[in-house]
Amino acid sequence: MITKKDDGKIKITLPLTDDDIKELHAGDSVLISGSLITGRDAAHKRLYELIEEGKELPVDIKGEVIYYVGPAPAKPGHAVGPAGPTSSYRMDKYSPILLDLGLKGMIGKGARTQPVIDAIVRNKGIYFAAIGGAAALISRSIKSSEVLAYEDLGTEAIYRFVIEDFPAVVAVDSFGNDVYKFGAEKYRK
Amino acid sequence: MEIRTIKAETITNTVEKLFKDLNYNIGDDISEALCDAQKNEESPVGKAVIAQLLENNKIAAEEEIPICQDTGMAVLFVEYGERVVIDGNFKEAIEEGVRRAYVGGYLRKSVVADPVFDRINTKDNTPAIIYTDIVEGDKIKILAGCKGFGSENMSQIKMLTPSAGIDGVKQFILDAVEYAGPNPCPPIVVGVGIGGTFEKAAQLAKKATLRPINTKNEDPRYAKLEDELIEEINKMGFGPAGLGGNTTAIGVNVETYPTHIAGMPVAVNICCHAARHKEAVI
Repeated sequence: MITKKDDGKIKITLPLTDDDIKELHAGDSVLISGSLITGRDAAHKRLYELIEEGKELPVDIKGEVIYYVGPAPAKPGHAVGPAGPTSSYRMDKYSPILLDLGLKGMIGKGARTQPVIDAIVRNKGIYFAAIGGAAALISRSIKSSEVLAYEDLGTEAIYRFVIEDFPAVVAVDSFGNDVYKFGAEKYRK
Repeated sequence: MEIRTIKAETITNTVEKLFKDLNYNIGDDISEALCDAQKNEESPVGKAVIAQLLENNKIAAEEEIPICQDTGMAVLFVEYGERVVIDGNFKEAIEEGVRRAYVGGYLRKSVVADPVFDRINTKDNTPAIIYTDIVEGDKIKILAGCKGFGSENMSQIKMLTPSAGIDGVKQFILDAVEYAGPNPCPPIVVGVGIGGTFEKAAQLAKKATLRPINTKNEDPRYAKLEDELIEEINKMGFGPAGLGGNTTAIGVNVETYPTHIAGMPVAVNICCHAARHKEAVI
């Protein structure tokens, strides 16, 4: 569900529908609430290997948004430790197949390669950028965290996060527009 | 010659404090540069990103939590006074300090024991990367840093040859920054090492990222190169978080060393805006 606020920010409540995604455009500042899954290098490698072997995944990714993050440990009294985005391009090898299997969105940082952008367009998906290095600030918008799979991977395990007003920017929209291309072009001298 | 004995425990305690401190508290040089950048940034999104970074760094300091979840590999440049004797093991004293900081300080453990096959986490962020110089005196100076791998992965080295000249050096550095683009968490600090050998240039570049960005290379020719590079980089347009803007770098530090008649190695170690480093003298 999407609601627009007076200050131009867009509030998103997960899960995202195809109609929601059509309303979101690269460059939009958004605040995301709801439930999502996490995963980064090691978890992606395992999911990919299971898919290649034709086996069932330990997590149902259909309709989910995945956040590329490996949190720092939580201090007592905190739901999570600092948890900013990690570089997304390292997941580019794995993302197209996950999108084809029903993954709806991704949150990370940095540019994606063309096969990922093509898979986003093909599947009416979306890619959000969170602010790299704003980990302490971002952790305040994460309300709870529980391990869903691959506990042995520690920080790289797949967690379920419940988030509230998580700040992000639409980086690649479902039409294939990429803020990392037009953003820099606008200010290049 | 008088010998001074330093307890291994003192080294461990110092290293532990350094790594907690540098992970929670960003340096004044970075804070000042971010405040200036916020005033000078042309992009509204870029301004908002810098505001978030300043707020983030404030929260980290107040709550004593890491600025960034990527608390890096621990890197230490140690100047070891030749009249110092340690009542214990020097390397183990440092590793124990790193271990205590990362385990007790709620820092992320990001080190895997084998780089290719098992990639199993060592669970205490050891081993550290330790460079030791034996120097005159009876003190130990430790410069400690941690650097996330988002930016580390964007670093490059090239064995240029003398005919490339200053133009070749500049071009290689700018190409490396251009290639890194939005990925290394801009606004970045660019550490450049020129000269020495293949590995010396890389080590100089790393050390350059640990130098405060409000300092200049002492040689005016290289200070000028630092100024020219930051100006060129900030014309690239990547901006804060790579979302567009005129603040792509907040610092360029160049370090040099004598080199071979046939060579001119250049290493570019890119660091994110969270350029974390602290030093202590024992």
